[in-house]
Amino acid sequence: MNTYLIIAKREVSSFFDSLTAYVLITVFLGLSGFFTWLYGSDIFFIGQASLQSFFSVAYWSLFFFIPALTMKSIAEEKKSGTLEMMLSKPVSDFQLVMGKFAANFELIFIALLFTLPYYITVSFLGPVDHGAVICGYLGMLLMSAALIGIGIFASSLTNNQIVAFLISLFIGLFFIIIFDVLAGDSAGWMAVLFSYLSISTHYESMARGVIDSRDIIYFLSLAGLSIFSATMVLSKRKIVE
Amino acid sequence: MGVTVENLTKTYGTQKAVDDISFHVETGEILGFLGPNGAGKTTTMKIITAFMAPTAGDIKVGGISIYDDEEAIKKKIGYLPESNPLYLDMPVLEYLEFAALIQKVPKEKVSKRIAEMVHLTGLNAEKHKKIGELSKGYKQRVGLAQALIHDPEILILDEPTTGLDPNQIVEIRNLIKEIGREKTIILSTHILPEVEETCDRILILNNGKIVANGTSQSLRDQASGNQTVRVQILDAEADNIVQTLQNMPRISSVDFISDEQNTFLISSNSEESIRRDIFNLCVKNNWFLSEMTPIETKLEDIFRELTMN
Repeated sequence: MNTYLIIAKREVSSFFDSLTAYVLITVFLGLSGFFTWLYGSDIFFIGQASLQSFFSVAYWSLFFFIPALTMKSIAEEKKSGTLEMMLSKPVSDFQLVMGKFAANFELIFIALLFTLPYYITVSFLGPVDHGAVICGYLGMLLMSAALIGIGIFASSLTNNQIVAFLISLFIGLFFIIIFDVLAGDSAGWMAVLFSYLSISTHYESMARGVIDSRDIIYFLSLAGLSIFSATMVLSKRKIVE
Repeated sequence: MGVTVENLTKTYGTQKAVDDISFHVETGEILGFLGPNGAGKTTTMKIITAFMAPTAGDIKVGGISIYDDEEAIKKKIGYLPESNPLYLDMPVLEYLEFAALIQKVPKEKVSKRIAEMVHLTGLNAEKHKKIGELSKGYKQRVGLAQALIHDPEILILDEPTTGLDPNQIVEIRNLIKEIGREKTIILSTHILPEVEETCDRILILNNGKIVANGTSQSLRDQASGNQTVRVQILDAEADNIVQTLQNMPRISSVDFISDEQNTFLISSNSEESIRRDIFNLCVKNNWFLSEMTPIETKLEDIFRELTMN
């Protein structure tokens, strides 16, 4: 088995052993279910058989939940010293970061699997655009990958989980809302740049059912860049001044 | 498999943690690292395990340089870090399985290795418990078990007996000695009798430099240089004895031990034995020699002498 998969497997079982997974999935389902079905511009309010309202709720709830999930991944290992123990074994910095990434992604994937009943219910209520739903789920997974990357990068910067949580919320805030606002306030190439950098631009088009390779590349490169940065932060100890 | 450290230097900012040290550990040798806090023991160990990179110098493990193949070195080393970090939320067996897989132990051998380690470290009664629930001594055993799980040729133990009770210390020491018959071991400690008992060779570090390197016997000889004997001579005046002794060529000093009658501490000024001289003197003067005990320099004294600035 690949080293990063061994690490990911351990990480996932520790999520389930420590109740983190159950709490996260329950709260995520409760919150997104409440806003999708019962409150505000919910499905019944819109009156269409679509998961649009769920996707926009997920946009915000993932933004909060992912940092809470990723904050401990490296910060805690730094604090307890297990990071040193792991990296003295035949494990590269990149494999460790990838293991953490894979584990967090798996948990989010499981959480999203539990929302499939929403889809099934809606499809009983009326004709659903299946392509749009699949595309929306893909968008959620890609956005999660980007946010998990950011969260792990934030976790690699510190040995304090709370600080890691706040850093990753702060970075996430730029991609989730600030770039979007800046794009609206500026003109010309600045507007194009900020609009491209904003997660909402890419996520909304996917949630509407449009697959564009630019959106996929955007999310994957955001995730990739974060993983790379986290690896670099870990490798910093090997730099010789 | 031997470990060679060549001109190793590590600086943190402006502080030199390790300053140009070189040494070699033979296959099957148990090397004891001694030194006051902050002497550079842990730093040196972290660099040997390829966790950190040195500022300058090189380390070769079984002929392979850390610059060439870090992963090959990491596979050959078992490491027990100072604070013994473990995943506390995992049960012992699960953790050992994880450690084995990470160390690339072939899948079909994993359960056999785990069983061997559990037996070797005496973890059988505790193997289903979570690591966080174990006492410190048992955690230390889990730390040792994970360091040994892939049957490494080199074992690096950073203060393996801290926080253990006397019985556990003896057990862990015996375990180390047993393992050390076929493996190369580098261990650091503050406990001097431990080094004397377990290690073949001692390396004393101070301020990042090696201040002594040798067996405990050779360190004693080096440090004292001269011999000291405790002597009690009866049937004569104390003043007379002192004067006669001081006139002897090979004796450098004679001290009274005040609370005992006619008892002296006599030091030689060379490595030659003075016991024969003293005996002959007593025979010649018809004195009664009632006690003559050679006094060994204690490792504590050597350590203090070398590391007190």
